[in-house]
Amino acid sequence: MKATRSMVLVSGDPESLNRGALDVFSTLQRELANFGLDEEISLTMVSDIHKSGSNPLVLVYPDAVIYGQVSPADVHQIVEEHLYKGRVVAEKQVPPYDLSGKIAWLSSRKGTLPAENRIVLKNVGLIDPESIDDYIINEGYEAIGTILKEMTPEDTINTIKNSGLRGRGGAGFPTGLKWQFVKGAKGDKKYVICNADESEPGTFKDRLVLEGDPHAIIEAMMIAAFAVGADEGYVYIRGEYGLAISRMKKAIQQAHDYGLLGKNIFGTDFSFDIHIHAGAGAYICGEETALIESIEGNRGEPRTRPPYPTTAGLWQKPTLVNNVETLANIPAIIRNGAEWYKSIGTPSSPGTKVYTILGNVNVTGLIEVPMGITLREVISIYAKGMKNGANFKLAQTGGSSGSIIPASLQDTPMDFDSFNKAGVSLGSGALLIASDEVCVLDLAKVLLNFFREESCGKCNPCRIGIKRAFEILTNISEGVATLHDLEDLNMLSDQLYNLSNCGLGQTAGSPLHDILAHFRAEVEAHVKLKVCPAGVCPMSGRRAYQTV
Amino acid sequence: MSKEVKQGQDVQKLVRTLVEDLGHEKAELIPILQEINDELGYISDDAITELSQLMNIPTSHIYSVATFYRMLSTEPRGRHVLQFCESAPCHVAGGRLVWQKLQRVLGLENGETSPDDKWTLLTTSCLGVCGVGPVMIIDNDLYGNVTPEQVPDILSNYK
Repeated sequence: MKATRSMVLVSGDPESLNRGALDVFSTLQRELANFGLDEEISLTMVSDIHKSGSNPLVLVYPDAVIYGQVSPADVHQIVEEHLYKGRVVAEKQVPPYDLSGKIAWLSSRKGTLPAENRIVLKNVGLIDPESIDDYIINEGYEAIGTILKEMTPEDTINTIKNSGLRGRGGAGFPTGLKWQFVKGAKGDKKYVICNADESEPGTFKDRLVLEGDPHAIIEAMMIAAFAVGADEGYVYIRGEYGLAISRMKKAIQQAHDYGLLGKNIFGTDFSFDIHIHAGAGAYICGEETALIESIEGNRGEPRTRPPYPTTAGLWQKPTLVNNVETLANIPAIIRNGAEWYKSIGTPSSPGTKVYTILGNVNVTGLIEVPMGITLREVISIYAKGMKNGANFKLAQTGGSSGSIIPASLQDTPMDFDSFNKAGVSLGSGALLIASDEVCVLDLAKVLLNFFREESCGKCNPCRIGIKRAFEILTNISEGVATLHDLEDLNMLSDQLYNLSNCGLGQTAGSPLHDILAHFRAEVEAHVKLKVCPAGVCPMSGRRAYQTV
Repeated sequence: MSKEVKQGQDVQKLVRTLVEDLGHEKAELIPILQEINDELGYISDDAITELSQLMNIPTSHIYSVATFYRMLSTEPRGRHVLQFCESAPCHVAGGRLVWQKLQRVLGLENGETSPDDKWTLLTTSCLGVCGVGPVMIIDNDLYGNVTPEQVPDILSNYK
């Protein structure tokens, strides 16, 4: 990477590519050369910049100017006016506040928003994900170098333990402890698996890391493998993420070419290789034992635990399964130390959390902020308030398996322990913000329908319980339920939690519990008055399902 | 997704090549099924029988796997497959009305294929592009911020 006067980035997310980002990129290359600017201006295709509707985007640094809906025909003007003569082409410019996701961070650079704290997404959108050199120049593969030269597996595990990092897949299990279990497990062969089967509705943070900074995941998996004593790794990427799969493949190939993967890495005893396994469309495969079954060529049905994968995982060998976001923290922790990491976030949940902001707000997208920020802050600062000045009614966290959080909890710090105490769950980091126009019953129906489709059907409580709950919700939405049905919903919620084999069934009942705990009056209006206060439910009086 | 229908010899040849390329290990079963699904548009009985012999895996196991995953189909599908995201974020962003419109315009329910084999209509779980919901995918083309009014225009792009 050479020193350059300006940096031009072109968005390369699936939507942009669909709308001709590649043509824009090649036209830019040609025009920059025509003006003799190709030496002093760098041109990079980066991953998702995430602006709804305005792709493809062209960003110019250090001016932080964003051009939207750029077509190859616009390129000449942008190069001549802006890059050659230094005058911003105002009519193609997209205002930063109008942009979402990544742009919260862009705007913070311009001083219009409080800064985010980027660890996981440090490189995303800034480096060329298809260039290993770009990664290396941004401190890439430094951490694994330090470890192989100066640290033992014990040191490595202790650093991760001391950092207080907790799994970002949703459960919040201490990462260092998990590593220690795998290291301590008996076995001559061990595996490291990166769980990139990101399927929680509303969550796309892992996709951005995979598409935007794939080498960070390779480096983190190397560190994990060294620490636990594994020599083989798998990245399980959901099949729908075509771009992420191809970027990851390319990154693994590059790491091989540089001798970073393979036998005797850096001339040490440490050998490690990574395979990619593409999912075939099953939400349940995000559950770690189902994921392992799927790699083995079976139906993705969760195993009975114990034994946990840390002692008997892939091919019955000790296996470490970590989420993408968890892994993306690892190289930074090794580089900067446990104390540095602990200084960010809250004492019980150090570090940052990546949230996807969705729903009835002015700005949707992705932010990475310290643990412990409140919902009110997220909505007012990053989401720029509710759309059309509507009232904030509820937030649904963490994809489907999270909680429905009423407005009364919007000042609770969002970290694992504070949320546990309040009886809600942080989940995977999706924040679906809903206004008064959303009916809680309708929302619960959508969530239960999702679980009904995705239940693997192995255990009865989940397969039958979710279906029955969905039927009752449907009856309520048609105005043909009784108060007794609400008691049944409560009971089903408890039974799902207590009796299901895996996390899918256990959390499937939480929307039922949440709407009855926080929005009972609204649900009862459907039953007693046959009225949907939000005016969403059909209330046709037609009985959809028989009650027993 | 327009596929010419392959049968008999062709299917056998395809399955053989895939097993040779990817290997007999059971771990390769799902990748091989994905390839077959891409090539044929679905996983035919012929393909399952052939695969069972070559990989020494019971047809019942292959069938149980092929019917488990959403991206694999054991039924022939239409020339174009429309997948509509029915997850909560798209639903809140106005997806319900788009879905109703799609069903009306195509005259299909979820999972159905039109009599002329042109369209298969499916719902899908989250596609991870929730920032631009409601979202749908036709074959490999992604459409974001879809409104009910746009539906006929979008569909008319497909022959």
